[in-house]
Amino acid sequence: MANLLAFIGRKFISFIEHVGGVFVLLGRVLKSLPWLFGNLGLVVEQMSQMGVNSLPLVLITSIFTGAVSAIQAAYQFQDFVPMRYLGTAVGKAVVIELGPVLTALVVAGRVGASIAAELGTMKVTEQLDALKTLAIDPVPFLVSPRFIAGLAMLPILTIMSDFIAIMGGYTVALLFLDITSNTFLSGLKMFFHFRDVIAGLVKALVFGGIISTIGCYQGFQTKGGAKGVGRSTTKAVVISMVLILIGDYVIASLVF
Amino acid sequence: MIKIVDLHKSFGENHVLNGLNLDVQRGETMVIIGRSGCGKSVLVKHMIGLIRPDQGQIIVDGDEITNHREEELFRLRRKFGMLFQSAALLDSMTVGENVGLGLRYHTSLDKEAIQERVKSKLALVGLSGMECLEPAELSGGMKKRVGLARAIAMDPKYVIYDEPTTGLDPIMADVINELIMRLQRELSITSIVVTHDIASATKIADRISMLHEGKIIFDGTAEDVLRSTNPIVEQFIKGSATGPIKPV
Repeated sequence: MANLLAFIGRKFISFIEHVGGVFVLLGRVLKSLPWLFGNLGLVVEQMSQMGVNSLPLVLITSIFTGAVSAIQAAYQFQDFVPMRYLGTAVGKAVVIELGPVLTALVVAGRVGASIAAELGTMKVTEQLDALKTLAIDPVPFLVSPRFIAGLAMLPILTIMSDFIAIMGGYTVALLFLDITSNTFLSGLKMFFHFRDVIAGLVKALVFGGIISTIGCYQGFQTKGGAKGVGRSTTKAVVISMVLILIGDYVIASLVF
Repeated sequence: MIKIVDLHKSFGENHVLNGLNLDVQRGETMVIIGRSGCGKSVLVKHMIGLIRPDQGQIIVDGDEITNHREEELFRLRRKFGMLFQSAALLDSMTVGENVGLGLRYHTSLDKEAIQERVKSKLALVGLSGMECLEPAELSGGMKKRVGLARAIAMDPKYVIYDEPTTGLDPIMADVINELIMRLQRELSITSIVVTHDIASATKIADRISMLHEGKIIFDGTAEDVLRSTNPIVEQFIKGSATGPIKPV
């Protein structure tokens, strides 16, 4: 029993240390922002890595997400809800929930893992120490550009994802569900609130911050060679995904 | 001048440095020898604040750095250049970008001036025209020389060499030795070299200190080391498996 309590205690202390570590890292990122304004090239490079290179994967995911949501909604509507509301259901589901969350999960898998692996490898091969000996602080140089790129690119990817997912739903509705273009589009417009789009983009902004911060933090925590890099990469993806889902709930309960 | 007083450092139960005292004089090449894993790299990382001591003082040019904040340590590090054991080149950058990295972020030099400085430092280490290569395209010896060019790019006062000849063939190891001696002669750099390569140590050192069980147990010239009757030093110099140092 004493061993169990000691184990729980150690885990709790370690958890608090990590939470504190993440906030200290965020504080250092905020402090470095003025320096970053003079080195915007670093941010642009990361925006390309995180945003442009993730675009094909996000678009493929989105088109099928939209298509599936149209099929699922039509199946649940049958005989109970008029099909003119299909556009409404697809639009609401995509803009509020599926667009931001699925985009974030896809980016967490692709970009979060890549950030943790890259910084983790730099840590175990002494490249981070090399930067420090050149009097270059790794936080402004490596973390801040990734953080800002995450904040900027997730909302942009989400807007694109929303659009493509709705197009996917629209295409399926027209081709396979015998719904006219006019019916789908009028349903889409019927209960459209701009507030929903804003809520989706706020989620995307938060998720972008989570993915880049957790990826960088786990990268910096890496110890012990290739095995350690693998462990950090896995942790970065798992923790980011869990935090995205928790964040989704928190934002939804605050906004709606 | 660097002065280290009563330095202690432990990692868990492993007491790596145990009341170590050491002075590095201006302009000299000080070589620290000792077995692998005895704490040589840990010691030099303390000198530039990459590792914080548990106890003791590190004084660089009269400035006690032990309790310096991170910002102050970054200012201090501009006095230093460091060649890492693995060279630690940033693999996302070319050779030229690696060498010019410090210049780009710490000087007001324009792009052309940085390129000129990078060219001259690469020429100094015998790698002219290699600016556009990626680190992955270089041999071990070339990586070390690029690491050295990067370390001296900002004209530092002190250069730390962490195992500069480890993993190199004897000819390339001697090329690195000659480079260290040439840089000290031509640029009046204070060099601190960590190695377990006795041939290299005796060739380049003005002074050799031996680190054993967390303390400096010997300090003298290369001749003093070779003539030493200290059984620990003798065993290490001869590379003998029998003696007071037990193989682990």
